[in-house]
Order: sequence, then C-alpha cells, then structure tokens
Amino acid sequence: MNLIRKSMVVGGVIGLSLTMGLAAQADPDEDQLIIDGQEIVTEVTAAPDSPFETLYSGWRYRSDETQSLQADDFENPAFGAVDQAIEQFEVVEGAAGKSCASCHEGGAEEFAGLRAKLPRWNAEIGKPETLEHIINECRTERMQAEPWKWEAKAMLGMTALIGLQSRGMPVDVQTDGEMTPWFQKGKDLYYTRVGQLDMSCSNCHEDNSGNMIRADHLSQGQINGFPVYRLKWNGLGSIHRRFKGCMDNIRAKPYKRGSDEFVALELYVASRGQGLSVETPAVRN
Amino acid sequence: MSLKSNLMMALFLAAAPTAAWAGTIAPDDVKFEEETIVMSLTGEPGDAARGREVFVNRKLGNCLACHVNAEIKEQLFHGEVGPPLDGVADRWEVPELRAIVVNSKIILGDETIMPSFYRVKNGARTAEKFEGKTILSAQDVEDVVAYLGTLKE
Ligand code: HEC
Ligand code: HEC
Ligand code: HEC
Repeated sequence: MNLIRKSMVVGGVIGLSLTMGLAAQADPDEDQLIIDGQEIVTEVTAAPDSPFETLYSGWRYRSDETQSLQADDFENPAFGAVDQAIEQFEVVEGAAGKSCASCHEGGAEEFAGLRAKLPRWNAEIGKPETLEHIINECRTERMQAEPWKWEAKAMLGMTALIGLQSRGMPVDVQTDGEMTPWFQKGKDLYYTRVGQLDMSCSNCHEDNSGNMIRADHLSQGQINGFPVYRLKWNGLGSIHRRFKGCMDNIRAKPYKRGSDEFVALELYVASRGQGLSVETPAVRN
Repeated sequence: MSLKSNLMMALFLAAAPTAAWAGTIAPDDVKFEEETIVMSLTGEPGDAARGREVFVNRKLGNCLACHVNAEIKEQLFHGEVGPPLDGVADRWEVPELRAIVVNSKIILGDETIMPSFYRVKNGARTAEKFEGKTILSAQDVEDVVAYLGTLKE
C-alpha cells in the first residue's frame, strides 16, 4: 500500500485529488490479524452515534513489516518487557513485605477482561481510574511501596502484561452515569483546536484518517493496542505519551500524564473504539 | 561608558543592518482587501528559490506534510490532507496566495485545517516556545508566495 502510494506521488499522478472527504480512496488495508490462532478484530461496524461508519485498528494502517511484528509474539519486541513484568510480579517490595503475587495468587491472568473496561469509575475517589492508577494504588496502599512513574519501564511492562490478558476481547468502556461529565470533557478536548498550528485531534484522526500526512498514514487514533511498542521510541509507551506527542507536534502545551484532562481524553478516545479487540501490546512505527 | 551601555550599543549596532525590517508589516497590522493582501509584507519581492526550501522544511512551512506538489519530485513523501498544489498559480492570484498563507481562515473559511502562517492568535495552549510568535517570518511568507507564483501548468 505504502509502496504503491509512494510511486504514485513520485510519478506525479495528479488530478487524483486526494482531498478530504474522499478518504475512502486511502482506506486501511485488507489484512487480517491472527495471533497464535486467535483472530483479533481490527474492523468493526461503528455504533450509530460514532463519527465513523467503520472502526479500524491502527494496525490496519501500518506497513506490512510493522504489521508482521505484531502478528507473532516471538517477533513482537514488546514481549521482552512482558517477560520482565512476569518476574516483577513475584518481587517483594515495600514495607508490607509483599509482591503482587502475594495477593493475586492467580497471577496476571486474574485480570483478564480488565483492560477492555478502562478507564473505569472509582467510587472511592469519585473519578475514573486508569490501569496506571490501579497498579499504583496497590503499590502505595497495599504494598507500602513507592508508586511507579507513569512512563517507567516497570509500569509499562506491567500495563502490557495486564493488558495482554484481555487481548482479543472487545473494548467496552462505560460512558454514561458517573462517567458522563468525563466523557463530555474528553470529547471537548478532542474537538478543540490547540497549539500554534491550531489543530484538533479530530482534524487529523477523523477528518483525515486514511490520508497521508507527509510519510505517515493517518489512522483513527485508536488506543486499543496500548501500551504500544513504537519502533521510533525503541520501547513501550503509554497512551498519555502518545497524546503528548501529538500535542507537541502541533506546538501545543500538552497536559501532564495522569492529569484529569488526559484521563478524560483517554476515556473518550477509548469509547471511539468500542468493539475493537484489545491488541495490547501492539507494535507501531 | 558603563559596561551596560556598551552592551546596549553593541545590540543597537547589531540590529542596524536589518533596518529594512522597518518596512515589515507586523502580523496584527496586515490589511486584507477583499480576501487579498496586495502589498508585500516586507516591501520587497520574495525569493522563489528560497521559498521552495521554506515549502519543504519541516520546521518552517512543512507544506509537503499536507500537499502533493509534483514539482518537488526529489522528496518521496507528499501529504494528502489538502489539495495538490500543482498549477495553484493558475487558480489564485499572488495577493490571494499571500492571504491564504498569512491567514488561511480568511479565504478558506474558519473550519479549514490549514494553519495560518503569519497570525499571532492561534489555538489555545500554544507551547511556551511558540507563544506570541508566527509560524513563518514575513520574509518566509514572501519567499513561499513567490514560489507558489511559479506553480503554473
Ligand atoms: C496486599 C494485597 C495486594 C497486593 C500486594 C497487590 N494487590 Fe492488587 N489488588 C488487591 C486488592 C484487595 C484489589 C481490589 C480487589 C480486587 O478487585 O481484587 C486489587 C486490585 C488490583 C487490580 C484490579 C483488579 C480488577 O480486576 O479490578 C489490579 C490490576 C491489581 N490489583 C494489580 C496489582 C499489581 C500489578 C500488584 C503488584 C505491583 C498488586 N496488585 C499488588 C490487593 C493487592
Ligand atoms: C497533525 C495531525 C495530528 C493531530 C492533530 C493529532 N495526531 Fe495523533 N497521530 C498523528 C499521526 C501522524 C500518528 C501516527 C499515525 C497514526 O496512527 O495515525 C498519530 C497517532 C496517534 C495515536 C496512536 C494510534 C495507534 O494506533 O497506535 C493516538 C492514540 C493518537 N494519535 C491520538 C491523538 C489525540 C488524542 C490527539 C489530540 C490531542 C491527536 N492524536 C492529534 C497525527 C496527529
Ligand atoms: C495541516 C495541513 C496543511 C498544511 C501544513 C498546509 N496546508 Fe495548505 N491547505 C490545507 C487544506 C486542508 C487546504 C484546503 C482548504 C480546505 O479545504 O480547507 C489547503 C489549501 C491550500 C491552498 C489553496 C489550494 C487550492 O488549490 O485551492 C494553498 C495555496 C495552500 N494550501 C498553500 C499552502 C502552503 C504554501 C503551505 C505551507 C506554507 C501549506 N498550504 C500548508 C492544509 C494544509
């Protein structure tokens, strides 16, 4: 796909007018993602209130080489961190003298289905919580250990390991009830133009998904694969790191990782992918 | 003379050779006449060859991010967010092209995704480093407009 497009441009096939609104011409590819015999749903009919007719995983917009890295766990570079997290799960840390496994005796497998439902409402704090919040709550409250930094290797590995337990399950976040104002706030953030370039998330990931922006094939900006291993990062990165990167690119001041704004945005963006399979840990360029 | 006034003097002298700037129109003073800007922002004609570089440079115009331009064959990747700019000078006069680059919203509408390259008021939360600054300088704008003027079919 990319190669064809490249030669089109080089050959100067103009008059093709690949403008907005004709995004259909640059749809994602037709490839199917099957990992270890399990089919990962990368395309699903959107709900009536979605801006899209069909939802596509970001995997469908990547090159064949990047795609194939994710299709095989032995090639997927994220699995080094996953293996480390399996070991970390047993490590005793903190004043309470406990490891994750001390309480979660079933191992990370106990958390199957969790990733698909996040962020979720936490009645105790009266806010939605992300996977990073949940893990750090166990560390600080239950282990009496230091919280991990949002983007720390240990945190990324653990969120990848826990997310992996939901791989193949459909994204299904709550957006009503207590979540309503957070959903609305996330939606406002998504459509607000920011930065010196004066652009909104929707300008790229909704109005132009399927189009090329220089060398990048714009996807719908889904988060069903996070944390993702990005070749450019040479490692795993969180959802909030990606949000920050996109804001930096339009020369906007990003919100802080873990801030209420990014949590609201995470909730809203997750809801735009309802029904897609969790793909954690995905691979992107 | 104190050290301080010496320094001031040095700064003043350093600035002197660019006195031509005096003729540069500041972003907030740009006058639109029926969706065009007739006068050069610098008072001088732009340099099309340099404008071609501004067009490609990711830190300046980065126009290729969003536009196909067959004239720039040596660059592999051209974006598709906006229309191809081949023959754009057949469709728009130079004063219109200048207006589009300075403030795309005036001609293309408020909803346009195209950034405004010589306007200070941009989106909320502009990063500190770029706060109060235009994306392109007046000279950059004139150069890129001169370059666009050469794109005829
Ligand atoms: C002292 C016991 C204890 C330790 C140690 C502990 N947890 Fe927990 N964890 C809990 C309890 C209690 C809950 C809340 C009840 C529940 O949902 O199981 C919980 C909930 C969770 C959840 C949410 C489960 C869900 O489905 O809602 C995750 C994920 C989690 N812990 C991960 C970890 C990780 C990772 C570690 C190690 C860094 C850890 N926990 C250490 C006791 C512990
Ligand atoms: C100027 C265009 C642009 C804007 C504006 C933009 N992004 Fe992106 N974003 C990209 C590009 C390019 C990529 C990498 C290719 C792709 O997946 O689209 C990307 C990737 C992403 C991804 C990763 C998708 C995946 O499958 O791994 C997410 C999530 C994302 N963006 C969210 C956002 C959010 C949220 C905003 C608003 C705060 C935003 N983006 C604003 C250009 C943009
Ligand atoms: C973020 C994407 C983006 C960037 C960067 C961008 N443009 Fe545009 N441009 C557009 C879009 C989109 C349109 C179409 C107008 C519309 O539909 O809103 C457009 C339209 C135009 C037009 C009118 C074309 C016609 O044929 O009607 C010109 C001229 C133009 N751009 C020049 C430039 C120049 C010069 C630069 C670099 C200094 C640039 N653009 C950078 C998105 C962009």
